[in-house]
Amino acid sequence: MTDTATTPTPDGSAKGNIRCVLVYPAFNRIWHWSQAGSIFLLMFTGARLMGMHQILSFETAVTVHTLTALALLLLWLFATFWLFTTEAWKQFIPKTEGLFRVMRFYAWGVFHGEEHPYRKSYKRRHNPLQALAYLAVKIALFPAIWVSGLIYLGYGLWDDLDNASFLLQIVANIHILSAFSIAAFVVVHTYLLTIGHGFLHHIRPMIFGFEKVELTAEEEAYFMADMPERLRTPRH
Amino acid sequence: MRIRGMGVAALVSAAILWGGAGWAQSGEETTVPAAAATSASTAISKSTADHSKFEILKQNFKSGPEVTAACLSCHTEASNQVMHSIHWKWDYEQPETGQRLGKAHTINSFCGNVASNETRCTSCHAGYGWTDVRQPAPADPARVDCLVCHDKSGQYTKQDNLAGNPPLDPVTPGAKTITGADVRPVNLSQAAQSVGAPGRENCGSCHFNGGGGDNVKHGDLSSALIHPDLATDVHMSADGANFTCESCHVSDKHVFAGSRYATNVTNPHPDMAPGAARDVASCTSCHGEKPHPDTSVSHIKLNDHTDTVACQTCHIPSFARGGVATKTSWDWSTAGRLDNGKPISMEGYTQGNGKHLHTYLSTKGDFEWGENVVPYYAWFDGQVEYTNTDHTIDPSKTVDINIIHGNSEDPKSRIFPFKRMEGRQAYDTEMNRLVMSNVYGPTTDTAFWTNFDWTKSIKAAMDYAGLEYSGKFDFVDTHMYWPITHMVAPAKDALSCQECHSQNGRLANVAGIYMPGSGPGIGGKLGMVMVALALLGALGHGGLRLMRRARGNGGAHHD
Repeated sequence: MTDTATTPTPDGSAKGNIRCVLVYPAFNRIWHWSQAGSIFLLMFTGARLMGMHQILSFETAVTVHTLTALALLLLWLFATFWLFTTEAWKQFIPKTEGLFRVMRFYAWGVFHGEEHPYRKSYKRRHNPLQALAYLAVKIALFPAIWVSGLIYLGYGLWDDLDNASFLLQIVANIHILSAFSIAAFVVVHTYLLTIGHGFLHHIRPMIFGFEKVELTAEEEAYFMADMPERLRTPRH
Repeated sequence: MRIRGMGVAALVSAAILWGGAGWAQSGEETTVPAAAATSASTAISKSTADHSKFEILKQNFKSGPEVTAACLSCHTEASNQVMHSIHWKWDYEQPETGQRLGKAHTINSFCGNVASNETRCTSCHAGYGWTDVRQPAPADPARVDCLVCHDKSGQYTKQDNLAGNPPLDPVTPGAKTITGADVRPVNLSQAAQSVGAPGRENCGSCHFNGGGGDNVKHGDLSSALIHPDLATDVHMSADGANFTCESCHVSDKHVFAGSRYATNVTNPHPDMAPGAARDVASCTSCHGEKPHPDTSVSHIKLNDHTDTVACQTCHIPSFARGGVATKTSWDWSTAGRLDNGKPISMEGYTQGNGKHLHTYLSTKGDFEWGENVVPYYAWFDGQVEYTNTDHTIDPSKTVDINIIHGNSEDPKSRIFPFKRMEGRQAYDTEMNRLVMSNVYGPTTDTAFWTNFDWTKSIKAAMDYAGLEYSGKFDFVDTHMYWPITHMVAPAKDALSCQECHSQNGRLANVAGIYMPGSGPGIGGKLGMVMVALALLGALGHGGLRLMRRARGNGGAHHD
């Protein structure tokens, strides 16, 4: 019980205690980093297939790209199952509350020494803009790239259609556009890690799982009684 | 394949009998019947007939037809079969276009035309003495040349200007054979007693030397295929399948599978087991539609290609391999230049096997040669149309001597490799038609090779063929397409994906396909702009934060 200071929320009211909690369980972290690694590999091999570099042979790139995509698809199935069975999916429900304040912060406050307006809570570890962005990635970009990718991969099953080459061209362009959209997401996602307490500060919880979040008195009591291993004396 | 299968069966039985004979001789106990052991006491021949034992062949033949007459005394139907083949007729009606094709009618970008040049051109006819292609080949069954295909003595040949007849004692000094060698008198009796199934040398004596020399015409058919190493041809190399021509070009009643006028790019009998006997010389006849074993992602992907890309496209990375060059360009318009009234000859090209090749001849004009030539690629459904003397051409453009049919929408078409021959040849400037020319005729005053006068040469050929001609001529650039299907390389030398899947790859000019890897496309370009904007945004935002922090205005970094 060393760090139980009560911190004011942006609107000034005190809601709970800041505790170091296991916010990202092991599966969550494995999911995130395998996804990150796979996306990097897919970007790298995909760029080769597009002809942006020649570091690998086309054949190797096709093989790695296909196998990585299929493995990631499997992981994605597991993750979806995990999200819905652990209620973790609720983290991604968009909320407009506080959205404007976050947007105002990135556009103005960050240049004027203001604090980030959002405080992570156990049930809500993403700020409203973040949750909205992740949801968009999950329901628009990822399905776009998976569906176009699977149709692309299965070309042999539909290449006897009329205009198959033209259709393939459309599918390929959708696939490539989705890939670049994800790349743009990765750029912004990575950049935003530099805001606030800094890059490493943001990365650490995604590696070790623990992060300082605000707990309500009920949550804190629940953790202390039922899941004490999820609470930790914070390293400061 | 049936023939090959029988060959294997015969070899196996021979080996068993041989083994039996060995046991019998060593005196060990054996279950081999005594009769078999006795008859197998010497090496047995694969054939049931030893032609050196036939009395009728032990005569002093004075001419080719005399030999044929002797052959026909047993093989009574052979000439009739041959006379129904294109090897004999040089006449072919294209079933799809209805065009009259065959050597007797078509124009090519090499020596041009047969009419009026017969005794030279018909030196490669599978017969004796066809001196006028305006008429069908001679009707006399004895005029079929059995030996050119069946001689196994290795010394039978045809002289290059005797309308198919062999050089006989006494030979004309300085004369050449159809392979370009100096003539030696042929021993017809020895040839007749040696006969057997056609080998590479037999087919090759004509087909390797089309267009007037080794590999001049086809690009993928040269003397390099007589004893090829594995890298030159996996099918014909002794280290590979050791095929003869007939392993693929199976014959039925002396008619052979394979055609340059109407061929099968795909396998029309997919229901037949791979390798089963059929009259189609296509890769898929033996290898099937899914030739790559489904053991890796790339193999599965390659099998996806077989309905678009012909096997040859990847597996024949270049033609004219094995040290023998092919003629890639022939400019007739420069022919006729003389040095003090004497013909000029220049040898400006040395091919892989060290042989020097002509690059200019007063008789023929300028040539270019190439080895390991990258093919030209086009959609091909197997059907070929010819620009004959009755077609109107557009002389302001390069004229296609033959037109390759096929397109991306047609399920029977494949992207196929070709040798694209570049030519420059004579046409009628008034009628805009290709013309024939009389080039051969040592004693005439019209033949170009004797008189170097185009006006007389073209007029004589057109009159001879009975074709309309204005009397005015010039030369036009031409292309002629030769399907490339021989010289299949080992799998390790097949094209890698990026040969085509890249910007300006090998298939860059082939219409109607989407080629992954050929460039970013609209999606890629939009995407790149998006990523660039994201990067700019991050840099701008970050830069502004750094500037504000330097001025002590925060930057929201505190600890």
